[in-house]
Amino acid sequence: MRLKLVPENTNWDFFKYRTLTFGASIVMMIASLALWLTVGLNFGIDFRGGTTIRTQSEQPVDVGAYRDAIAPLGLGDTSISEVFDPSFDDDHHVAMIRIQAQDGQESISAETVTQVEQALEALDETVHFTQVESVGPKVSGELIQTAVLAVAAALAAILFYIWLRFEWQFSVGAVVALFHDVLITIGVFSLLQIRFDLATIAALLTIIGYSINDTVVIFDRLRENLRKFKTKPLIDVMNLSVNETLSRTLMTSGTTLIALIALLVLGGDVIRGFVFAITWGVVIGTYSSVYVAKNVVLWLGVKRDWSKPTDTTGNQFANVDA
Amino acid sequence: MMLQIDLWKRILIWGTVALGLLLALPNAYYSRVEGYNDQVAVGQPGEGWVDWLPSNLVNLGLDLRGGAHLLAEVKVEDVYASRMKGLWPEIRNRLRQERDVVGTIRLQDGPEDELRIRISNADAISQAVSIVREISRPIVSLTGAGQNDIEVTNEGPVLIVRLSEAERLATDDRTVRQSLEIIRRRIDEVGTREPTIQRQGSDRILIQVPGVESASELKDIIGTTAQLTFQPVIRRTTDDQTVAGPGNSLLPSMDEEGQFYVLEDTPVVTGEELVDAQPSFDQNGRPAVSFRFNPAGARKFGDYTANNIGNPFAIVLDNEVISAPVIQSHIAGGSGIITGNFSVEESTNLAVLLRAGALPAGLDFLEERTIGPELGADSIQAGKIACIVAGIAVLFFMWASYGLFGLFANIALILNVGMIFGLLSVIGATLTLPGIAGIVLTIGMAVDANVLVFERIREEMKSAKGPARAIELGYERALSAIVDANITTFIVAVILFVLGSGPVRGFSVTLGIGILTSVFTAIWVTRLLIVTWFERARPKTIEV
Repeated sequence: MRLKLVPENTNWDFFKYRTLTFGASIVMMIASLALWLTVGLNFGIDFRGGTTIRTQSEQPVDVGAYRDAIAPLGLGDTSISEVFDPSFDDDHHVAMIRIQAQDGQESISAETVTQVEQALEALDETVHFTQVESVGPKVSGELIQTAVLAVAAALAAILFYIWLRFEWQFSVGAVVALFHDVLITIGVFSLLQIRFDLATIAALLTIIGYSINDTVVIFDRLRENLRKFKTKPLIDVMNLSVNETLSRTLMTSGTTLIALIALLVLGGDVIRGFVFAITWGVVIGTYSSVYVAKNVVLWLGVKRDWSKPTDTTGNQFANVDA
Repeated sequence: MMLQIDLWKRILIWGTVALGLLLALPNAYYSRVEGYNDQVAVGQPGEGWVDWLPSNLVNLGLDLRGGAHLLAEVKVEDVYASRMKGLWPEIRNRLRQERDVVGTIRLQDGPEDELRIRISNADAISQAVSIVREISRPIVSLTGAGQNDIEVTNEGPVLIVRLSEAERLATDDRTVRQSLEIIRRRIDEVGTREPTIQRQGSDRILIQVPGVESASELKDIIGTTAQLTFQPVIRRTTDDQTVAGPGNSLLPSMDEEGQFYVLEDTPVVTGEELVDAQPSFDQNGRPAVSFRFNPAGARKFGDYTANNIGNPFAIVLDNEVISAPVIQSHIAGGSGIITGNFSVEESTNLAVLLRAGALPAGLDFLEERTIGPELGADSIQAGKIACIVAGIAVLFFMWASYGLFGLFANIALILNVGMIFGLLSVIGATLTLPGIAGIVLTIGMAVDANVLVFERIREEMKSAKGPARAIELGYERALSAIVDANITTFIVAVILFVLGSGPVRGFSVTLGIGILTSVFTAIWVTRLLIVTWFERARPKTIEV
């Protein structure tokens, strides 16, 4: 008896509610943009400069006492939060302290860090500092630029590759889907105020990579079916393609999600934000391959005569001999 | 005969897999191989590992091993000032030779990166400009070809000399390269395992040193300047308010409290011209540092001592006068000895610092990160557990979904993870925490290519062409989807690698390598497994 995520020979109509699903996507995108602009992102020090100190102690963390200990140092905006993780033992208590970038200093001076450390050691002698990171405003500005550039470059490269291998309608569809995934992920980060740092950008790019993977598989089948069914309405060919690949789509999302959830639960708090972004991205990426990318292609229309495969649209890899 | 794979291809496929696993093998005995490598690195015969086996390990990133990370910006402008100081004596001598034309000359205060010289005979300013221009030299770099190293202009009777734009660029590049080299030597002197010291962009240096307790400790190692100069002494004084005048400065003595020296700013020779410095003892048996100059430094030092017998000169270290002996005789040969109130330890340290040389310019630290080793160990532990759980869950899921074919895919998946480690080791890549996440993600996604093929085989089975044909068509028809899907993901990995840094780059490396190995194992290894099974079992029908 085999495990089957979807019954064999499905013939579901994925376009039946397309106004609804596409509308929902648009609403989510607008909401994400609004959240991003109004609430904003909880930028980590990578992007806004400053210092974070990770403390580890045998005593429970008293955030108020920590705050009182550091306040006399006059370091400006300081945030302290306790970190929880299932892997921590009873005598393992962790807090993150974030100090804003100090005026007139590129990276925070060693003395300031030492002052903070001493203040906390006076409070709790078992405390030690497992991670101290400091990023100056100059670098953080550049990191933002690089991050935006990286996402834009990834989108452009994919746009180009899909155009080369398929047709421009496909590449527009794919990139709209990717844009959708990235924007909604940013929206979720803004909504939940999860720390947004360099690793999150890497996660966004991974989402792009995963989502395009999914989209391309469906496109590939669509191209094949367009050759096979020359007169069938485009919408039906699309439905057929999605149905045929549905089992694979869900299998792959399934295995990837299984692996990611293991990492999310067991991988420790240091990369939880990163893994969360990718996990969320797999879900939204799977959704967008089925519901966003194809809707755009349907709307743009495609060439129906694939009888003479050209160099750019051909299936040249299929003849690789094994 | 369908489903045939040539023997040489089979050998090649299994050979590649075996090679990948062999390269991964040392990582299973990480600390043993690490110890072995350390012994080999210092030239001893290694113990604890077999000599003919590969011994490359995956480097652990700072976030896994603990250590310090610094991003420093070299203040390249610092060098302009010392370049201008160095030019002053030459300009002064040239103008003095032409005293009849330009009259008396006088150095004025001004910005550090230019010289402002007032001449008394204002009418001769244009002659003065061309006299000074004569000492400019053409630049020999590619970008600056055809330009001279200094620009000479005037404001009324004041000559203004500064470095030309092209010379500044060339100087900046030299300064950064020199700083990099000096930082490397200082860190090597401390003797730490596998530091990363890289230039980033035009004027930045990235320094990552595993095992260092904190970034400030690392800064101390790098930041200790030992700028040694030999400067002419104008006079001694005990008044710390003495006005030194332009071109001169007032420096304190290192040992004698309240003793000050007025020195010419332009050094006769600098520590950069030292080729060696060793701790030694003077004729009275007191600790000292002996040194030797390079030929250019030796010539300058020889000429100066020959012309200034009877005058004192100062040995200056980091703006403190170590001693100011009177020149007794012409010192030829370019070697000498520095005596002072040193302890043996101090003279040893001084020799090390002198050998390493001074940083040519100051450093601004733009980014500092310290990760404690215990946090790294926790992360490795958590990552390991997550990998194992993720692996087992995916293996089970594949088996439950595809039965025997699922098992084939599972064997390929296990080999795949082994090969990722093999490749990471052989290219000397660094594994970071996001890199571990990349491997876990690969475990999830690696089965994708197999899933594509298996689903396709299922479909082809429906058209009842017989199992062999279905398997063949399944592979053939799934290939374009596999290739397109993985190339696009690979593009993303490349972009991450190019634009990312540190941990993010580590992630892109494991993601990219994971794509390569998973496509290889899915297209070749799983297929070979299936074909081998098929040849033996000859099933009438298959269930995928």
